Amino acid sequence: MPPTPAPLTVAPTPAQHSLRRARRRESMTAWAWISPSVLIILGLSVVPVIWSLLLSFQANDLVTPSRWVGLDNYRALAADPHFSEAVRNTLVYTVLYVPLSLAGGLLLALALNRRIRLVGIYRTLIFVPFVISAAAQGVLFSFILDPEFGAANSLLSRIGVSAQGFLTDPKQALLVLVAITLWSGTGFCVVVYLAALQDVPQSLIEAARLDGAGRLHLLRHVTLPTLAPVSVFLVLWQIIQSLQVFDLVYVTTKGGPLGSTTVIVYFIWEQAFKSFTAGYGASAAYVLAVALCVAGGVMRFVSGRAARREEGAAR
Amino acid sequence: MTATTVGPTTTTTGNGPGPAPAAEPAPGRRRRGLPFSGWHLLLAPLALLFAIPLIWLLLSSVMSDAEINKFPPALWPSGIHLDGYRYVLGNAMFPRWFLNSLIVSVVAVASNLLFGALGGYAFARMRFGGSKILLMLMLATMAIPFQLTMIPTFLVMKRLGLIDTLGALIVPSLVTPFAVFLLRQFFLSLPRELEEAAWIDGCSRLRVLFTIVLPLSRPALSTVAVLTFLTTWNDLTWPLIAINHDTQYTLQLGLTTFQGQHHTKWSAVMAGNVITVLPVLLAFLGAQKSFIRSITSTGLKG
Repeated sequence: MPPTPAPLTVAPTPAQHSLRRARRRESMTAWAWISPSVLIILGLSVVPVIWSLLLSFQANDLVTPSRWVGLDNYRALAADPHFSEAVRNTLVYTVLYVPLSLAGGLLLALALNRRIRLVGIYRTLIFVPFVISAAAQGVLFSFILDPEFGAANSLLSRIGVSAQGFLTDPKQALLVLVAITLWSGTGFCVVVYLAALQDVPQSLIEAARLDGAGRLHLLRHVTLPTLAPVSVFLVLWQIIQSLQVFDLVYVTTKGGPLGSTTVIVYFIWEQAFKSFTAGYGASAAYVLAVALCVAGGVMRFVSGRAARREEGAAR
Repeated sequence: MTATTVGPTTTTTGNGPGPAPAAEPAPGRRRRGLPFSGWHLLLAPLALLFAIPLIWLLLSSVMSDAEINKFPPALWPSGIHLDGYRYVLGNAMFPRWFLNSLIVSVVAVASNLLFGALGGYAFARMRFGGSKILLMLMLATMAIPFQLTMIPTFLVMKRLGLIDTLGALIVPSLVTPFAVFLLRQFFLSLPRELEEAAWIDGCSRLRVLFTIVLPLSRPALSTVAVLTFLTTWNDLTWPLIAINHDTQYTLQLGLTTFQGQHHTKWSAVMAGNVITVLPVLLAFLGAQKSFIRSITSTGLKG
């Protein structure tokens, strides 16, 4: 953004003084206008980030003054089987959810990207679950998947399949959570891909058609490459979302059964606000933040390289 | 969740649901035998699959207790029973929780619009020392995960005496860096000539912002409003941490706790769930284009 020129006409020497005064007044107005945002945003993010770091070196129960313990929290974290289980569960969840939601979103978007009747309704129905809160989703699916009273088992029994445990079965619970999030989260990918598909240059498609490109050819060599930047964004976005999953877990399984759905954020919440070991929770939060940072950095690197390659190809 | 009220999602669709127009010789349609595009055979079941849980939510909320607790459970209500709704509106505190959620969301939307506009405009059009650094700092805070700040934020709110009040929910959501940044970007895209003319005429900065700039910024303002409403209304994590007493619950927190305490009253739980979901759902169906634009605009520029 170019530096904004002063909104006054160029002033000759006598007016220099008043110009400076106008500048100062502008500066004061600006500070008055940004001060609420600066106070709240920086006060409730920069300060807590530093505070969190300090907390992670302390033993703190949220009530009494805390005690400095150095790296003990991090050492304990490294040795804590519950934390490593939480990391493992989060990674499994992420590895399943991210590719499935992207692939599903892409396929649905390609199918929905045509002018046929009712297509608006299809898009709406597929996207609507995205605006439903995780709490409402969790409550709804706790009911549908209830082993005794749920509709899912009722349907299964009608087609002769024995009753499943779903969220109460340690082997299934995490997978069921992935499925629920796919139901609500795929619509986001669909909408983003659909918007990107509108931007595929029509001239490019026409040109390829004139050159005799078939449908699949067109898809592979024209459409998909133009979707690459959006896909990179979606991968990063979905990774961040899934590493931070919490609400749904809290509502449906509370980390159970047998710790099979304890994810990192649930672990942090449990340590800080249930066991009142806030310092320990803060250290786990820092580990998560570093992981998120790394994910972001890697994706930025990849997308930068992809963009450069694309530029090179275009030339 | 009836599908019939829904309009086209984006600009590409033409006529919505309705009687089929007399066979137009569409160039794309070359299927023999089928009176409609073959894609419907794929898309209709898929769309239904996404809709079924929500349809089931609505259906089970109007079942009687006897129906819902039968084994195997009934899949269709015998009639419309409002026992569940009567229970959550009478015996439980859902009206109170609804009001709490509404207060928090409305305040958050209004203050994000106000502070976002003031801050965004200052960053877009005013010269002041430290503006670049501040803007960068604000942008950087968008990348900070909430988990990192939630424990100290709890301690700050406790020190301010706000824990267990709606204030604890309102203060952190008063303004987000997203609102400031999005509005700044939008203001930068407006031509400055109009504003300059107004300045020369002696209008104050505040008047220029409110009478000239903001009326031109409807799309950006609606994006901020929509996303702020969606995130504050749907939030569970922060209310769970900041609120203990049930008179201060939001709907999300209330619904979650209610479900934990009423395992067997599924029709009441589902009625409460409908009440929780309905405002967002109605807002979405009413302003679908704005919603989609908001979400893709954050998505594509992210």
